Amino acid sequence: MAIREHRLVFKHIDALGYTRDIDCYLKHGGYEMLKKGFAMGGAAIREEVKKSQLRGRGGAGFPTGTKWSFIDPAKVTKPIYLICNADESEPGTFKDRQIIYKDPHQLIEGMILSCFANGVKLAYLYIRCEFTEGWKILEKALGEARSHGFLGKNILKSGYDLEIHVHRGAGAYICGEETGLIESLEGKRAYPRIKPPYFPAVLGLYMCPTIVNNVETLCNVKHIVEMGGEAYAKIGRPNNTGTRLLCVSGDVVKPGYYEFPCGALTMGELIHDVCGGIRNGGKLKAVIPGGSSAKVLRAGETYKIKEKGPDGNLVEKEVKLEDLRMDFDTLASAGSMAGSGGVIVMDQTRDMVECLANISTFYAHESCGQCTPCREGVLWMKKILARIAEGHGREDDPNMLKEVADRIAGRTICAFGEAASWPVQSFIGKFKEEFSLRIRRNGTAAKRDTVSLTH
Amino acid sequence: MSVPLHAGTDHCAGPERGEITPALERQAEELVARYPVSKRSAVLPLLHLWQETFGYIGPRGVEWIAQKLSLQEIQVLELVTFYPWFRQRPYGKFHFRVCRTLPCALGGSGKTFAALKNLLQLKGDAQEGALVSEDGFFSLEYSECLASCGTAPVVLCNDDFHEKVDEKRAAELVSACR
Ligand SMILES: Cc1cc2nc3c(=O)[nH]c(=O)nc-3n(C[C@H](O)[C@H](O)[C@H](O)COP(=O)(O)O)c2cc1C
Ligand code: SF4
Ligand code: FES
Repeated sequence: MAIREHRLVFKHIDALGYTRDIDCYLKHGGYEMLKKGFAMGGAAIREEVKKSQLRGRGGAGFPTGTKWSFIDPAKVTKPIYLICNADESEPGTFKDRQIIYKDPHQLIEGMILSCFANGVKLAYLYIRCEFTEGWKILEKALGEARSHGFLGKNILKSGYDLEIHVHRGAGAYICGEETGLIESLEGKRAYPRIKPPYFPAVLGLYMCPTIVNNVETLCNVKHIVEMGGEAYAKIGRPNNTGTRLLCVSGDVVKPGYYEFPCGALTMGELIHDVCGGIRNGGKLKAVIPGGSSAKVLRAGETYKIKEKGPDGNLVEKEVKLEDLRMDFDTLASAGSMAGSGGVIVMDQTRDMVECLANISTFYAHESCGQCTPCREGVLWMKKILARIAEGHGREDDPNMLKEVADRIAGRTICAFGEAASWPVQSFIGKFKEEFSLRIRRNGTAAKRDTVSLTH
Repeated sequence: MSVPLHAGTDHCAGPERGEITPALERQAEELVARYPVSKRSAVLPLLHLWQETFGYIGPRGVEWIAQKLSLQEIQVLELVTFYPWFRQRPYGKFHFRVCRTLPCALGGSGKTFAALKNLLQLKGDAQEGALVSEDGFFSLEYSECLASCGTAPVVLCNDDFHEKVDEKRAAELVSACR
């Protein structure tokens, strides 16, 4: 069965003959939506975005129209800033990279429209520094946009001024968290800010109202202006509108990036039909559906999902892992999340102890260190997991791991605490026998594949 | 305004005592101008500029940046120690970063790392930070997810990005550097 991709944001990605320079973009109707948007006016664009029910693509899935509505450009007296979050560092996620490297002007057009809609005069594009070429591509693209009069003073003779600058991160995952990002952009350590009171919409960059949106989210704004909010909302499913970029990695035949209407396909279709199944003829064991912070799902599990029936009432259904729809609400009711769209697949040969030890090493490396439960807890979890993987586990370790994780989540300044705890809680919860077995076999088990997963 | 593009990794092994040229000063001014509200925002860009020019960030770089932005030196140094990209000692002319995060690990990045370590004859524990060869030609470290998990294992060599780097590909990369 062939499931067709629906390419909106990825329309030109990898298309034959499509290049990232502005001439090519203009030839394909580029910056036409800027003219349309300017003619509509800012309030109308905000209205269309609200109608589209677009949800943020950076991880939390927060409705973009609502986020924007916290700031009323007509009433705010301080400057309003917009920041594009191009930090893309959630393990398993590689969609924003495609846009930045292959179609940068789409992002810039989406960004200009979003800035215009919200009365923003100065915006920053925060890109992770490992995208060195991506950074140069964006600098060049912004230069092209400037010389064509799409940026700078009096854009397209509308009287509207806007400047966008690229700002490079420096290798810290926590810069993806929006308030950490703001601190970093202010020239400080990326210590996330406590909310309340530091909601970006109120006290953001330089203590002014600030909108932070993901790359994919901002690209979607362009398409919403093009087709109108209502038409956009018809793609996908109610409350899960539009298309979704999905990145699949791990043990599948064809890993890669794909675009589908939100919820149009199931986990099974994604893994088996789109990605060609498990590699080497293997069997599915586990899958992380939304970046490494999302809770793991185990093959063979079933979930009780509440869905709106045709009559509008909620009905509860029992759904197998393979039949989960790839959208925000379904994955959330399965106890995990759609997150950043990074789907990590593990086959039956994979050792869950080692996979979790690997994930925990990441979080131990990336905690900013501000809150004690997070700073100390992630290190504990990493150390306990390393000792189990190396064959020195203690009988009580799985319980201890769970206890530590339970004491981080909900007690920290930013959501990194949850991001680091969810993998531990879910792996231990769902594969407990594997942890216990490893501990019982201490020593002998350690001779396995420890090098490849836990460094 | 010309756009400063300065990822000159050829110079990455340069000594921090090199000359501060008028061109470098100009690039710095241009970067500072991007932050009309607060000069302090230019710390990261200036740290990048310094590291790309001189290879690492020593006391001289910290002082230069602090002075330019009217900051205390500690306000610059605390960023050097916080952000993993910045280094306080010279790395090799060719610096390898091997992604160790789960999707790359599933794709065999552990083997890639071991192969590189072996080929470059590096000793020591990579948990402690980057390993640098005695002649200063090569260095190697782990990296976290580089956002290209679909083409695991992924390796950065200086600014160049390499996909699907198995042991064979790793050997080819090393001979290309030599
Ligand atoms: C630890 C952590 C890391 C994050 N990393 C990213 C990231 O790399 N890219 C991103 O767009 N959002 C990331 N986010 C989410 C942002 O905080 C923010 O919600 C998002 O950029 C908002 O944009 P959106 O509404 O368009 O999704 C991260 C959040 C947390 C808690
Ligand atoms: S939860 Fe962790 S990453 Fe977030 S602010 Fe606290 S210490 Fe930093
Ligand atoms: S895990 Fe290596 S690039 Fe993402």
